[in-house]
Amino acid sequence: MNVTIVDYNSGNISSVINSFKEVEKDKIKIEVTSNLETIKISDKVVLPGQGSFKSCIDGLNSINGLVDTLNEFAIEHKKPLLGICVGLQMFADFGYEEVKTKGLGWISGKVSKIDNQDGKFKLPHIGWNEINIKKNSEIFKGIENNSHMYFVHSYEFVPEDKAVITATTDYSSNIVCAVERENVFGTQFHPEKSDKIGLKIIDNFIKI
Amino acid sequence: MLKNRIIPCLDVKNGRVVKGINFVDLQDAGDPVEQAKIYSDGGADEICFLDITASNENRDTIYEVVKDTSKKCFVPLTVGGGVRTVEDISKLLNCGADKVSINTAAVQNANVVVQSSKKFGSQCIVVAIDAKKNEDKWEVFTHGGRNNTGIDALEFAKKMEDSGAGELLVTSMDRDGTQQGYDIDLMSKISSMVNIPTIASGGVGDLDHLVDGIKLGNASAVLAASIFHYGKYSVKEAKEYLDSKGIPVRI
Repeated sequence: MNVTIVDYNSGNISSVINSFKEVEKDKIKIEVTSNLETIKISDKVVLPGQGSFKSCIDGLNSINGLVDTLNEFAIEHKKPLLGICVGLQMFADFGYEEVKTKGLGWISGKVSKIDNQDGKFKLPHIGWNEINIKKNSEIFKGIENNSHMYFVHSYEFVPEDKAVITATTDYSSNIVCAVERENVFGTQFHPEKSDKIGLKIIDNFIKI
Repeated sequence: MLKNRIIPCLDVKNGRVVKGINFVDLQDAGDPVEQAKIYSDGGADEICFLDITASNENRDTIYEVVKDTSKKCFVPLTVGGGVRTVEDISKLLNCGADKVSINTAAVQNANVVVQSSKKFGSQCIVVAIDAKKNEDKWEVFTHGGRNNTGIDALEFAKKMEDSGAGELLVTSMDRDGTQQGYDIDLMSKISSMVNIPTIASGGVGDLDHLVDGIKLGNASAVLAASIFHYGKYSVKEAKEYLDSKGIPVRI
Protein backbone atom coordinates (compact mmCIF):
# COMPACT_ATOMS: atom_id res chain seq x y z
CA MET A 1 0.00 0.00 0.00
CA ASN A 2 1.10 3.53 -0.76
CA VAL A 3 0.13 6.49 1.39
CA THR A 4 1.03 9.95 0.17
CA ILE A 5 1.31 12.92 2.48
CA VAL A 6 0.83 15.95 0.26
CA ASP A 7 3.74 18.36 0.60
CA TYR A 8 2.61 21.74 -0.71
CA ASN A 9 4.44 24.23 1.54
CA SER A 10 1.61 24.17 4.07
CA GLY A 11 3.93 24.74 6.98
CA ASN A 12 5.20 22.17 9.36
CA ILE A 13 4.39 18.61 8.30
CA SER A 14 7.27 16.76 9.94
CA SER A 15 5.06 15.68 12.85
CA VAL A 16 2.55 14.19 10.41
CA ILE A 17 5.32 12.32 8.63
CA ASN A 18 6.84 11.05 11.90
CA SER A 19 3.48 9.82 13.20
CA PHE A 20 2.64 7.86 10.04
CA LYS A 21 6.11 6.31 10.06
CA GLU A 22 5.75 5.40 13.73
CA VAL A 23 2.38 3.73 13.18
CA GLU A 24 3.31 1.73 10.13
CA LYS A 25 7.01 1.19 10.70
CA ASP A 26 8.15 -0.30 7.37
CA LYS A 27 4.96 -2.11 6.46
CA ILE A 28 3.71 0.39 3.93
CA LYS A 29 5.27 2.98 1.68
CA ILE A 30 4.84 6.55 2.81
CA GLU A 31 5.59 9.22 0.25
CA VAL A 32 5.87 12.89 1.05
CA THR A 33 5.47 14.77 -2.19
CA SER A 34 3.40 17.01 -4.42
CA ASN A 35 4.22 14.90 -7.44
CA LEU A 36 0.94 14.42 -9.32
CA GLU A 37 1.76 10.97 -10.67
CA THR A 38 2.67 9.69 -7.21
CA ILE A 39 -0.61 11.02 -5.81
CA LYS A 40 -2.60 9.44 -8.65
CA ILE A 41 -1.26 5.94 -7.98
CA SER A 42 -1.54 6.24 -4.17
CA ASP A 43 -4.01 4.16 -2.24
CA LYS A 44 -4.55 6.89 0.33
CA VAL A 45 -3.77 10.56 0.61
CA VAL A 46 -3.20 12.74 3.65
CA LEU A 47 -3.77 16.47 3.29
CA PRO A 48 -2.15 18.31 6.18
CA GLY A 49 -2.46 22.05 6.66
CA GLN A 50 -1.07 24.66 9.01
CA GLY A 51 -1.15 28.42 8.93
CA SER A 52 -4.06 30.29 7.43
CA PHE A 53 -6.80 28.97 5.15
CA LYS A 54 -5.65 31.35 2.44
CA SER A 55 -1.97 30.41 2.70
CA CYS A 56 -2.86 26.71 2.40
CA ILE A 57 -5.16 27.24 -0.59
CA ASP A 58 -2.48 29.42 -2.20
CA GLY A 59 -0.02 26.60 -1.52
CA LEU A 60 -2.25 24.05 -3.30
CA ASN A 61 -2.83 26.41 -6.23
CA SER A 62 0.86 27.17 -6.57
CA ILE A 63 1.47 23.62 -7.75
CA ASN A 64 0.16 23.23 -11.26
CA GLY A 65 -2.51 20.53 -11.51
CA LEU A 66 -2.50 19.62 -7.82
CA VAL A 67 -6.10 20.65 -7.09
CA ASP A 68 -7.33 18.78 -10.19
CA THR A 69 -5.37 15.71 -9.15
CA LEU A 70 -6.80 15.81 -5.62
CA ASN A 71 -10.31 16.23 -7.04
CA GLU A 72 -9.78 13.26 -9.29
CA PHE A 73 -8.41 11.18 -6.39
CA ALA A 74 -11.05 12.01 -3.79
CA ILE A 75 -14.17 12.93 -5.75
CA GLU A 76 -14.01 10.98 -9.01
CA HIS A 77 -12.16 7.87 -7.87
CA LYS A 78 -13.45 8.07 -4.30
CA LYS A 79 -10.20 6.94 -2.73
CA PRO A 80 -9.65 7.59 1.01
CA LEU A 81 -8.33 11.01 1.89
CA LEU A 82 -7.67 12.42 5.36
CA GLY A 83 -7.52 16.17 5.92
CA ILE A 84 -5.91 17.40 9.13
CA CYS A 85 -6.57 20.83 10.66
CA VAL A 86 -6.56 23.34 7.78
CA GLY A 87 -6.47 20.25 5.55
CA LEU A 88 -10.02 19.55 6.79
CA GLN A 89 -11.03 23.20 6.63
CA MET A 90 -10.16 23.34 2.93
CA PHE A 91 -12.98 20.84 2.20
CA ALA A 92 -15.33 23.84 2.61
CA ASP A 93 -16.70 26.11 -0.11
CA PHE A 94 -15.18 29.20 1.44
CA GLY A 95 -12.84 30.26 4.22
CA TYR A 96 -12.99 33.67 5.90
CA GLU A 97 -9.50 33.89 7.42
CA GLU A 98 -7.70 37.05 6.23
CA VAL A 99 -9.97 37.38 3.18
CA LYS A 100 -12.81 35.34 1.71
CA THR A 101 -11.06 32.48 -0.09
CA LYS A 102 -12.54 29.72 -2.20
CA GLY A 103 -11.98 26.24 -0.82
CA LEU A 104 -12.03 22.83 -2.48
CA GLY A 105 -15.84 22.64 -2.18
CA TRP A 106 -15.90 18.94 -1.29
CA ILE A 107 -18.20 19.40 1.70
CA SER A 108 -20.58 22.36 1.55
CA GLY A 109 -20.00 24.89 4.27
CA LYS A 110 -17.77 27.68 5.43
CA VAL A 111 -14.81 28.21 7.73
CA SER A 112 -15.18 31.12 10.10
CA LYS A 113 -13.58 32.42 13.27
CA ILE A 114 -14.56 30.73 16.52
CA ASP A 115 -16.84 33.01 18.54
CA ASN A 116 -14.77 33.90 21.61
CA GLN A 117 -17.80 35.47 23.33
CA ASP A 118 -16.24 38.92 23.68
CA GLY A 119 -12.93 37.67 24.95
CA LYS A 120 -14.36 35.21 27.45
CA PHE A 121 -12.56 32.40 25.64
CA LYS A 122 -8.93 32.59 24.58
CA LEU A 123 -7.99 32.05 20.96
CA PRO A 124 -6.34 30.05 19.54
CA HIS A 125 -8.17 27.11 21.08
CA ILE A 126 -4.95 25.37 22.16
CA GLY A 127 -4.64 22.18 24.11
CA TRP A 128 -6.36 18.90 24.88
CA ASN A 129 -10.10 18.69 24.59
CA GLU A 130 -12.58 15.84 24.60
CA ILE A 131 -14.25 14.74 21.43
CA ASN A 132 -17.93 13.83 21.41
CA ILE A 133 -18.33 11.13 18.84
CA LYS A 134 -21.59 11.68 16.98
CA LYS A 135 -21.47 8.90 14.46
CA ASN A 136 -19.69 5.66 13.86
CA SER A 137 -16.67 6.22 11.73
CA GLU A 138 -13.95 3.94 10.46
CA ILE A 139 -11.36 6.30 11.88
CA PHE A 140 -12.86 6.12 15.39
CA LYS A 141 -12.73 2.33 15.63
CA GLY A 142 -11.56 1.43 19.12
CA ILE A 143 -11.61 5.10 20.20
CA GLU A 144 -13.71 5.77 23.27
CA ASN A 145 -16.15 8.62 23.35
CA ASN A 146 -14.77 11.67 25.22
CA SER A 147 -11.17 10.79 24.38
CA HIS A 148 -8.77 13.71 24.52
CA MET A 149 -7.25 15.11 21.35
CA TYR A 150 -4.83 17.95 20.79
CA PHE A 151 -6.25 21.09 19.19
CA VAL A 152 -4.71 24.28 17.97
CA HIS A 153 -6.89 26.53 15.83
CA SER A 154 -8.87 29.77 15.79
CA TYR A 155 -11.22 28.94 12.92
CA GLU A 156 -13.89 26.29 12.66
CA PHE A 157 -15.56 24.43 9.84
CA VAL A 158 -19.34 24.92 9.75
CA PRO A 159 -20.78 22.37 7.32
CA GLU A 160 -24.25 22.92 5.83
CA ASP A 161 -25.24 19.29 6.08
CA LYS A 162 -24.88 18.31 9.74
CA ALA A 163 -24.95 14.65 8.75
CA VAL A 164 -21.27 14.86 7.78
CA ILE A 165 -20.27 15.63 11.37
CA THR A 166 -18.69 12.64 13.10
CA ALA A 167 -17.42 14.42 16.21
CA THR A 168 -17.64 17.75 18.00
CA THR A 169 -15.79 19.35 20.88
CA ASP A 170 -16.98 21.85 23.47
CA TYR A 171 -15.25 25.17 23.73
CA SER A 172 -16.99 28.53 23.47
CA SER A 173 -19.57 26.64 21.44
CA ASN A 174 -19.99 23.20 20.01
CA ILE A 175 -17.16 22.98 17.48
CA VAL A 176 -17.11 20.51 14.63
CA CYS A 177 -13.92 18.52 15.03
CA ALA A 178 -14.33 15.59 12.66
CA VAL A 179 -16.23 15.13 9.42
CA GLU A 180 -16.74 12.34 6.96
CA ARG A 181 -18.36 12.19 3.56
CA GLU A 182 -18.04 8.84 1.89
CA ASN A 183 -14.29 8.42 1.36
CA VAL A 184 -13.29 11.89 2.58
CA PHE A 185 -12.30 12.18 6.25
CA GLY A 186 -11.17 15.18 8.23
CA THR A 187 -10.07 16.03 11.74
CA GLN A 188 -9.74 19.53 13.13
CA PHE A 189 -7.56 18.17 15.92
CA HIS A 190 -4.08 16.80 15.35
CA PRO A 191 -4.02 13.01 15.62
CA GLU A 192 -0.27 13.16 15.00
CA LYS A 193 0.12 15.11 18.26
CA SER A 194 -2.55 13.34 20.28
CA ASP A 195 -0.36 10.67 21.81
CA LYS A 196 -1.26 6.97 21.50
CA ILE A 197 -4.94 7.60 20.96
CA GLY A 198 -4.14 9.90 18.04
CA LEU A 199 -1.81 7.33 16.52
CA LYS A 200 -4.71 4.87 16.74
CA ILE A 201 -6.77 7.17 14.49
CA ILE A 202 -3.92 7.25 11.99
CA ASP A 203 -3.73 3.47 12.13
CA ASN A 204 -7.50 3.27 11.56
CA PHE A 205 -7.24 5.51 8.50
CA ILE A 206 -4.46 3.40 7.03
CA LYS A 207 -6.53 0.25 7.59
CA ILE A 208 -9.64 1.55 5.80
CA MET B 1 -14.05 21.06 28.01
CA LEU B 2 -10.56 22.35 27.27
CA LYS B 3 -8.06 21.06 29.79
CA ASN B 4 -5.32 23.00 31.50
CA ARG B 5 -1.94 21.79 30.35
CA ILE B 6 1.08 20.67 32.34
CA ILE B 7 4.33 21.27 30.47
CA PRO B 8 7.60 19.87 31.78
CA CYS B 9 10.48 21.97 30.55
CA LEU B 10 13.91 20.58 29.84
CA ASP B 11 16.82 22.98 29.74
CA VAL B 12 19.24 21.71 27.14
CA LYS B 13 22.88 22.60 26.71
CA ASN B 14 25.10 21.00 24.08
CA GLY B 15 22.48 18.31 23.58
CA ARG B 16 22.24 17.41 27.27
CA VAL B 17 19.62 18.27 29.88
CA VAL B 18 20.53 20.70 32.61
CA LYS B 19 18.52 22.87 34.98
CA GLY B 20 19.77 26.19 36.17
CA ILE B 21 19.08 27.72 39.52
CA ASN B 22 18.52 31.37 38.68
CA PHE B 23 20.17 30.58 35.34
CA VAL B 24 23.51 29.57 36.88
CA ASP B 25 24.96 26.53 38.71
CA LEU B 26 24.09 24.02 36.04
CA GLN B 27 23.85 20.32 36.77
CA ASP B 28 23.88 17.72 34.06
CA ALA B 29 20.95 15.39 34.40
CA GLY B 30 20.35 13.32 31.34
CA ASP B 31 19.54 12.68 27.77
CA PRO B 32 16.79 14.98 26.44
CA VAL B 33 15.21 12.45 24.11
CA GLU B 34 14.79 9.85 26.83
CA GLN B 35 13.60 12.45 29.31
CA ALA B 36 11.02 13.76 26.86
CA LYS B 37 9.78 10.25 26.18
CA ILE B 38 9.42 9.55 29.90
CA TYR B 39 7.39 12.73 30.25
CA SER B 40 5.13 12.07 27.28
CA ASP B 41 4.52 8.48 28.41
CA GLY B 42 3.75 9.86 31.86
CA GLY B 43 1.00 12.10 30.57
CA ALA B 44 2.76 15.41 29.88
CA ASP B 45 0.47 17.52 27.71
CA GLU B 46 3.35 19.11 25.93
CA ILE B 47 7.15 19.09 26.15
CA CYS B 48 9.28 22.20 26.17
CA PHE B 49 12.97 22.36 25.32
CA LEU B 50 14.88 25.46 26.18
CA ASP B 51 18.30 25.67 24.60
CA ILE B 52 19.74 27.83 27.35
CA THR B 53 23.14 28.79 26.12
CA ALA B 54 22.16 28.97 22.51
CA SER B 55 22.87 32.66 22.30
CA ASN B 56 26.55 32.10 22.89
CA GLU B 57 27.42 28.74 21.49
CA ASN B 58 27.13 26.54 18.50
CA ARG B 59 23.53 25.47 18.59
CA ASP B 60 23.36 22.80 15.93
CA THR B 61 23.08 20.14 18.64
CA ILE B 62 19.52 21.25 19.40
CA TYR B 63 18.40 20.40 15.87
CA GLU B 64 19.50 16.80 16.33
CA VAL B 65 17.78 16.65 19.72
CA VAL B 66 14.53 17.96 18.20
CA LYS B 67 14.73 15.56 15.27
CA ASP B 68 15.26 12.55 17.51
CA THR B 69 12.61 13.61 20.03
CA SER B 70 9.92 14.24 17.43
CA LYS B 71 10.32 10.69 16.19
CA LYS B 72 9.57 9.30 19.64
CA CYS B 73 7.17 11.77 21.27
CA PHE B 74 3.71 12.30 19.85
CA VAL B 75 2.66 15.22 21.98
CA PRO B 76 3.38 18.84 21.05
CA LEU B 77 6.99 19.92 21.29
CA THR B 78 7.93 23.55 21.91
CA VAL B 79 11.51 24.63 21.38
CA GLY B 80 13.11 27.92 22.36
CA GLY B 81 16.43 29.52 23.11
CA GLY B 82 18.58 31.49 20.72
CA VAL B 83 15.89 31.77 18.08
CA ARG B 84 16.79 34.88 16.10
CA THR B 85 15.32 34.76 12.63
CA VAL B 86 12.47 33.42 10.55
CA GLU B 87 15.02 30.95 9.12
CA ASP B 88 15.83 29.66 12.63
CA ILE B 89 12.12 29.07 13.20
CA SER B 90 11.73 27.34 9.86
CA LYS B 91 14.67 25.04 10.63
CA LEU B 92 13.30 24.04 14.05
CA LEU B 93 9.84 23.37 12.61
CA ASN B 94 11.36 21.27 9.85
CA CYS B 95 13.23 19.24 12.46
CA GLY B 96 9.90 18.42 14.11
CA ALA B 97 9.20 21.19 16.61
CA ASP B 98 5.50 22.05 16.75
CA LYS B 99 5.98 25.48 18.28
CA VAL B 100 8.93 27.77 18.59
CA SER B 101 9.39 30.22 21.40
CA ILE B 102 11.07 33.54 20.74
CA ASN B 103 12.50 35.73 23.46
CA THR B 104 15.32 38.20 22.75
CA ALA B 105 14.59 38.49 19.04
CA ALA B 106 10.94 39.39 19.72
CA VAL B 107 12.03 42.23 21.98
CA GLN B 108 14.63 43.51 19.56
CA ASN B 109 12.46 43.27 16.50
CA ALA B 110 8.73 42.57 16.75
CA ASN B 111 8.78 42.03 13.00
CA VAL B 112 10.20 38.56 13.55
CA VAL B 113 6.93 37.71 15.33
CA VAL B 114 4.82 39.42 12.66
CA GLN B 115 6.59 37.67 9.79
CA SER B 116 6.88 34.23 11.35
CA SER B 117 3.25 34.14 12.47
CA LYS B 118 2.19 35.10 8.95
CA LYS B 119 4.45 32.52 7.39
CA PHE B 120 3.91 29.56 9.73
CA GLY B 121 0.69 30.52 11.52
CA SER B 122 0.22 32.01 15.00
CA GLN B 123 -0.34 28.54 16.39
CA CYS B 124 3.37 27.77 16.32
CA ILE B 125 4.69 31.10 17.56
CA VAL B 126 5.17 31.42 21.31
CA VAL B 127 6.68 34.60 22.71
CA ALA B 128 8.67 34.00 25.89
CA ILE B 129 8.69 36.95 28.25
CA ASP B 130 11.28 37.01 31.04
CA ALA B 131 10.10 39.62 33.51
CA LYS B 132 11.47 41.00 36.75
CA LYS B 133 9.74 43.28 39.18
CA ASN B 134 11.11 46.78 39.61
CA GLU B 135 9.12 48.79 42.13
CA ASP B 136 5.56 48.96 40.79
CA LYS B 137 6.14 47.40 37.38
CA TRP B 138 7.73 44.44 35.69
CA GLU B 139 10.56 44.88 33.21
CA VAL B 140 11.42 42.63 30.27
CA PHE B 141 14.81 40.94 30.32
CA THR B 142 16.58 39.41 27.33
CA HIS B 143 19.59 37.19 26.63
CA GLY B 144 18.59 34.48 29.09
CA GLY B 145 17.90 37.00 31.82
CA ARG B 146 21.15 38.93 31.54
CA ASN B 147 19.98 42.21 29.98
CA ASN B 148 17.35 44.52 31.39
CA THR B 149 15.56 46.32 28.57
CA GLY B 150 13.46 48.49 30.90
CA ILE B 151 10.43 47.66 28.72
CA ASP B 152 7.16 47.29 30.62
CA ALA B 153 6.23 43.60 30.55
CA LEU B 154 2.47 44.19 30.42
CA GLU B 155 2.70 46.57 27.48
CA PHE B 156 5.08 44.18 25.77
CA ALA B 157 2.66 41.27 26.27
CA LYS B 158 -0.10 43.22 24.52
CA LYS B 159 2.23 44.22 21.72
CA MET B 160 3.21 40.58 21.15
CA GLU B 161 -0.43 39.53 20.96
CA ASP B 162 -1.01 42.25 18.36
CA SER B 163 2.09 41.11 16.47
CA GLY B 164 0.65 37.63 16.00
CA ALA B 165 1.95 35.54 18.90
CA GLY B 166 -0.23 32.47 19.48
CA GLU B 167 0.75 32.08 23.14
CA LEU B 168 2.79 33.85 25.80
CA LEU B 169 5.23 31.99 28.03
CA VAL B 170 5.68 34.23 31.05
CA THR B 171 8.68 33.59 33.32
CA SER B 172 9.21 35.47 36.53
CA MET B 173 12.93 36.13 36.88
CA ASP B 174 12.40 36.83 40.56
CA ARG B 175 10.94 33.40 41.15
CA ASP B 176 12.81 31.20 38.69
CA GLY B 177 14.80 28.57 40.55
CA THR B 178 13.50 29.64 43.97
CA GLN B 179 10.74 27.02 44.34
CA GLN B 180 8.56 29.70 45.98
CA GLY B 181 5.80 29.61 43.39
CA TYR B 182 4.89 31.62 40.32
CA ASP B 183 4.61 35.40 40.45
CA ILE B 184 0.82 35.27 40.56
CA ASP B 185 0.39 39.01 40.36
CA LEU B 186 2.36 39.15 37.11
CA MET B 187 0.57 36.12 35.67
CA SER B 188 -2.95 37.27 36.42
CA LYS B 189 -2.29 40.76 35.06
CA ILE B 190 -0.94 39.43 31.77
CA SER B 191 -3.61 36.72 31.48
CA SER B 192 -6.44 39.19 31.87
CA MET B 193 -4.85 41.66 29.49
CA VAL B 194 -4.50 39.39 26.46
CA ASN B 195 -6.93 37.13 24.61
CA ILE B 196 -4.34 34.47 23.78
CA PRO B 197 -3.38 31.61 26.09
CA THR B 198 -0.68 32.22 28.69
CA ILE B 199 1.78 29.75 30.18
CA ALA B 200 3.04 30.35 33.72
CA SER B 201 6.71 29.69 34.37
CA GLY B 202 9.36 30.22 37.00
CA GLY B 203 9.36 29.22 40.63
CA VAL B 204 7.40 25.98 41.03
CA GLY B 205 8.36 24.14 44.21
CA ASP B 206 5.26 22.13 44.98
CA LEU B 207 1.95 21.11 43.45
CA ASP B 208 -0.05 23.90 45.06
CA HIS B 209 2.01 26.32 43.00
CA LEU B 210 0.63 24.69 39.84
CA VAL B 211 -2.89 25.07 41.22
CA ASP B 212 -2.26 28.74 41.99
CA GLY B 213 -0.84 29.39 38.52
CA ILE B 214 -4.10 28.23 36.98
CA LYS B 215 -6.66 29.33 39.57
CA LEU B 216 -5.13 32.64 40.62
CA GLY B 217 -2.82 33.39 37.69
CA ASN B 218 -5.46 32.38 35.12
CA ALA B 219 -2.82 30.60 33.08
CA SER B 220 -3.98 28.13 30.44
CA ALA B 221 -0.91 26.02 31.04
CA VAL B 222 1.72 25.63 33.73
CA LEU B 223 5.36 24.96 33.03
CA ALA B 224 7.78 23.44 35.51
CA ALA B 225 11.22 21.92 35.38
CA SER B 226 12.96 20.86 38.55
CA ILE B 227 9.98 19.41 40.45
CA PHE B 228 9.54 16.89 37.66
CA HIS B 229 13.11 16.56 36.63
CA TYR B 230 14.54 15.55 39.94
CA GLY B 231 11.64 13.22 40.63
CA LYS B 232 10.01 15.21 43.42
CA TYR B 233 6.68 14.65 41.66
CA SER B 234 5.64 12.81 38.54
CA VAL B 235 3.48 14.46 35.90
CA LYS B 236 0.78 11.95 36.81
CA GLU B 237 0.85 12.95 40.48
CA ALA B 238 0.65 16.59 39.47
CA LYS B 239 -2.39 15.92 37.29
CA GLU B 240 -4.15 13.92 39.96
CA TYR B 241 -3.54 16.71 42.43
CA LEU B 242 -4.90 19.35 40.05
CA ASP B 243 -7.90 17.13 39.36
CA SER B 244 -8.55 16.83 43.12
CA LYS B 245 -8.59 20.63 43.28
CA GLY B 246 -11.24 20.84 40.59
CA ILE B 247 -8.95 21.88 37.75
CA PRO B 248 -9.76 20.22 34.42
CA VAL B 249 -6.82 18.11 33.29
CA ARG B 250 -6.32 15.29 30.83
CA ILE B 251 -5.95 12.07 32.78
